[in-house]
Amino acid sequence: MVLMLPAVASVLALADQRLPSGGHVHSGGVEQAVTDGVVRDVATLEAFLARRLRTAGLVAAGIAAAACARAEAPPELARLDAAADARTPSPAQRAASRAQGRGLLRLAATAWPHVAWSALGARPHHAVVLGCAAHAADAAPAGAALVAAYLAVSGPATAAQRLLALDPLAVAAATLRLGDDVERVAAEAVALIGDHDLPDDSDPLLDLLAERHASREERLFAS
Amino acid sequence: MRPDVPIRRAVPHDVPGGDPHEHLGGGWARRGGPLRVGIGGPVGSGKTALVAALCRTLGGELELAVVTNDIYTTEDADFLRRNAVLPDERIVAVQTGCCPHTAIRDDITANLDAVDDLVERLPPLDLVLLESGGDNLTASFSNGLVDVQLFVVDVAGGDKVPRKGGPGVTGADLLVINKIDLAPLVGADLRVMSDDARRVRGDRPVAMISLREDPSAAVVADWVRDRLRRPAPAV
Repeated sequence: MVLMLPAVASVLALADQRLPSGGHVHSGGVEQAVTDGVVRDVATLEAFLARRLRTAGLVAAGIAAAACARAEAPPELARLDAAADARTPSPAQRAASRAQGRGLLRLAATAWPHVAWSALGARPHHAVVLGCAAHAADAAPAGAALVAAYLAVSGPATAAQRLLALDPLAVAAATLRLGDDVERVAAEAVALIGDHDLPDDSDPLLDLLAERHASREERLFAS
Repeated sequence: MRPDVPIRRAVPHDVPGGDPHEHLGGGWARRGGPLRVGIGGPVGSGKTALVAALCRTLGGELELAVVTNDIYTTEDADFLRRNAVLPDERIVAVQTGCCPHTAIRDDITANLDAVDDLVERLPPLDLVLLESGGDNLTASFSNGLVDVQLFVVDVAGGDKVPRKGGPGVTGADLLVINKIDLAPLVGADLRVMSDDARRVRGDRPVAMISLREDPSAAVVADWVRDRLRRPAPAV
């Protein structure tokens, strides 16, 4: 399946890790994975990222694509927000998603002040805001899905690079190698919402890492 | 059990003569909120000690709260709690993802969230002190996060620091040179530091202080009071 991507420059901007929406303080489970020895080097990082993409990444891509498609129907968005809750068993992950949603909401309200963002509440899930932001930028659900899938990989990759002082070139190469997978996941998410379905894959490893991380004393990342 | 900390509650009060009375922080607030003061500087220069001093000196007259950006753990926030300069609920630590300078300049989301939460939880705040993690000489606060910022260096860090400049030393609204009592012990020339600072900073003020000799940080507290009295810039 080929992704059709209107407003591609806005899609790129939303996927940019320098987007000031608070993502840089979240590691997507990587900080705990490093502490627990799951991620030790570029190879183990790449395996972690591929797994995260297939599960949390796919769910986020589905929610983001659906939110983009239904951005002008607040009751639908509320249902999607609840669906994101239901697909995120770890309370720490739900909190991390809502914290990042809050940050992206602040950015979206600055970028598109004419949109009634308050309909989303103060702390919507990140993927819901992302879908609505993509819609505001005239992007398609596929664009929203692609950004969500890419961010599921790129944020944790950078966190691992900082935590383990990994070679940034090697980390970038790993992220690029996952490019096909990112597109496949985004396409799968778009196909599912076309069938009025939402992905619901989960990963107990990510849930456990998130909960262990939330309970520790010392940490550099918020999640 | 935390000792009692005197915190002035902002209660409506009349002034003799019916003169409209302005809350000290009320004239500020370009965002309709408290004055936000960034406090940056290298590791060990005395940022947290200065924050503690300001809390002790200003805590009785202002509604204030503190946000810390620790590099690791909640060490600075814990220091402030241990020293009981403020009630716990007025001190918030944010995680910075290994990058304190990113969190105060490039992506200020975590700090904005912390300030918004404090404003919502503790109205009406006059002043929020945001302390950066001890990072480097290029770290400075975004104007989107703070209204004014001060940069703390110390005499023991070497008397060349002001000459070396950097955005913190040259651009901060107030440069604080701390630990001047140590100058003779570390062979630092205060005159050189002061002259260099003035050369790179032009008209911007420089405060030479020793928190050991004046634990109230009176000069810096006065500077903050002065800033609170100034009218807010037009939005």
